[in-house]
Amino acid sequence: MHRLSDEYEALRKTVGEFARDVVAPVIGDLYERCEFPYDIVRQLGAMGVFGLPIPEEHGGMGGDYFALCLALEELARVDSSVAITVEAAVSLGAMPIYRFGTPEQRERWLPALAAGEMLGAFGLTEPGGGSDVPGGMRTTAVLDGDEWVINGTKAFITNSGTDITGVVGVAAITGTTEAGKPEISTILVPSGTPGFTVSKKYSKVGWSASDTRELSFADCRVPAANLLGERGRGYAQFLQTLDEGRIAIAALSVGLAQGCVDESLRYVRERRAFGHPIGHYQAIQFKVADMEVRAHTARLAYYHAAEKMLAGEPFKKEAAIAKLVASNAAMDNARDATQVFGGYGFMNEFPVGRFYRDAKILEIGEGTSEVQRMLIARQLGLADL
Amino acid sequence: MNIVVCVKQVPDTATERKLRSDDKTLDREAADGVVNELDEYAVEEALRLKEAHGGEVTVLTMGPDKAADTIRKALAMGADKAVHVTDEALHGSDALSTSYAMAQTLKKIGFDLVILGSESTDARTGVLAAMLAERLGVPQLTLANKVDVAGSSITIQRVTDYGFDRVEATLPAVVSVVEKINEPRYPSFKGIMAAKKKPVAKFGLAEAEIAADQVGLGGAWSEVAEFAAAPPRAAGTVVKDEGDGGAKTAEFLAAKKFI
Ligand SMILES: Cc1cc2nc3c(=O)[nH]c(=O)nc-3n(C[C@H](O)[C@H](O)[C@H](O)COP(=O)(O)OP(=O)(O)OC[C@H]3O[C@@H](n4cnc5c(N)ncnc54)[C@H](O)[C@@H]3O)c2cc1C
Repeated sequence: MHRLSDEYEALRKTVGEFARDVVAPVIGDLYERCEFPYDIVRQLGAMGVFGLPIPEEHGGMGGDYFALCLALEELARVDSSVAITVEAAVSLGAMPIYRFGTPEQRERWLPALAAGEMLGAFGLTEPGGGSDVPGGMRTTAVLDGDEWVINGTKAFITNSGTDITGVVGVAAITGTTEAGKPEISTILVPSGTPGFTVSKKYSKVGWSASDTRELSFADCRVPAANLLGERGRGYAQFLQTLDEGRIAIAALSVGLAQGCVDESLRYVRERRAFGHPIGHYQAIQFKVADMEVRAHTARLAYYHAAEKMLAGEPFKKEAAIAKLVASNAAMDNARDATQVFGGYGFMNEFPVGRFYRDAKILEIGEGTSEVQRMLIARQLGLADL
Repeated sequence: MNIVVCVKQVPDTATERKLRSDDKTLDREAADGVVNELDEYAVEEALRLKEAHGGEVTVLTMGPDKAADTIRKALAMGADKAVHVTDEALHGSDALSTSYAMAQTLKKIGFDLVILGSESTDARTGVLAAMLAERLGVPQLTLANKVDVAGSSITIQRVTDYGFDRVEATLPAVVSVVEKINEPRYPSFKGIMAAKKKPVAKFGLAEAEIAADQVGLGGAWSEVAEFAAAPPRAAGTVVKDEGDGGAKTAEFLAAKKFI
């Protein structure tokens, strides 16, 4: 059942308080200037948010993935740039190392990643394609003696170019399988490795305070021991990473959707038109009611997916449903909240303006809505017709 | 060092707060209970002193069962254990009787240093630290924005209207803190999980040797005779600048005793 335990509830409250007291007052400025929120990240690190699903022996908090999702929801209720920074660092940066890393790799990277002192990133998408990963991949890694030599380009990689980015997991073609398909593996590339260039930040429509960059590799050499997990299992590994990540993105989307409700509830009491607060009019009340319905149902969808995942049951379909429903909810609520705010909703100084700009990417990142529908249809047995 | 930090649950200042019409006490069911903000600074200071000098931090709360949430938060921040003084008979205690009940409990559990916030956001009497110190017969160091302990001596910086005083005393002592003293930490998830396993002792009147006739509505020295809702905020005063805007503004501020 979807009642939070006292501990989850206390965590949710604590992160919510942090978001309102620490993030809310400064994020508008950072967003407008496209500045990475270093100080917020440092404080979130001290609270242990980056280590939530990582065991204590690796410097984490010994919680679980659902705890991370609750934290992401509360952060995104106030701001998505901060939330996606945590999401990418934990679920794309640290978790693959925790799940697939050797004892040496875990020991080398996890303590700093779990403390938020170092950020990790995961480079899968390439300029030629993100939905069809094996088909679009051009990046190669060739074993030369005891070193991998990497060549290629990655596009839109979150957290890859901050001052505290320490490592990027790079998916690359390392050969051809027996079936003649590309063999994909993941290799850990420390920031600053010669031959690894991080371009300047993209100019983005939203998530403006987060760090997103194009990466290029030109004869970039790393030790053979930097292979993450098994050779040729890179594709399977990131599919697992992405399944989990979808629940996290769903949580983040629910946060944005709920943030729209929070802001609207405040505003419809204050703003007056034709002699009444605008919340007096049923057209506005229904909009807010619909927004609450979307946030609520999307939350149940991600709670359910997370519950299945933590129980060790198959959760691919539920994760895809949660991501699809929640990103829809975020997009619809952002549109409605902006409408409720009228002209002020179009101003960057109001949070809903930010929500509007931040919502769209949720239907694209970590699997587009079309990809989620493909996954759901496949789980329903429709793929082989 | 055995530090006891007093923490009170108060109604959230962000919500509407009410008095009960029957016995004119605060309606604690009507609003969400939160940790009195200044007490979080007290907890933080206690934890910092413990980190620097060793020892143990005990949370002391007097309040209804619901106040257990407040204890849990202080434990999640890092306090070691807690004492929750709770008894139907305590309902309606005023500042004097509260200080009596708390002092009785403190005598029972022992302490080197008692730290508390300088006032609570609900009653705002700001007298508890002084009353506790008197009842316990130990020095009181109030309104501290800095605390230093060296051996058995304690020095604080006491905030005043004109700057600060340095006040020194020997332990055991009672210290009240203001919010400039530190930046309270947010509990980590590890702290939240650990809080579950920390001991919380429940004291009723008997355990703390509190005499029933000294506490509650009956034992209170003060009584709320009457109360009324605060008047709605009046429209502001607009000063029209006709060359004398500055002078008029100053006049207005002076009349309100702001300058
Ligand atoms: C801000 C931001 C941060 C990102 N962070 C990361 C990161 O950290 N790491 C990372 O690896 N990637 C990251 N990405 C990349 C993101 O995951 C991809 O953009 C996404 O997967 C979509 O890939 P694409 O952009 O290549 O679109 P395409 O795959 O080219 O898709 C274009 C359109 O075609 C549709 N489409 C594709 N195939 C089909 C089909 N078979 N049937 C129907 N429709 C189809 C898609 O749904 C989409 O609408 C990030 C992107 C952004 C914008």
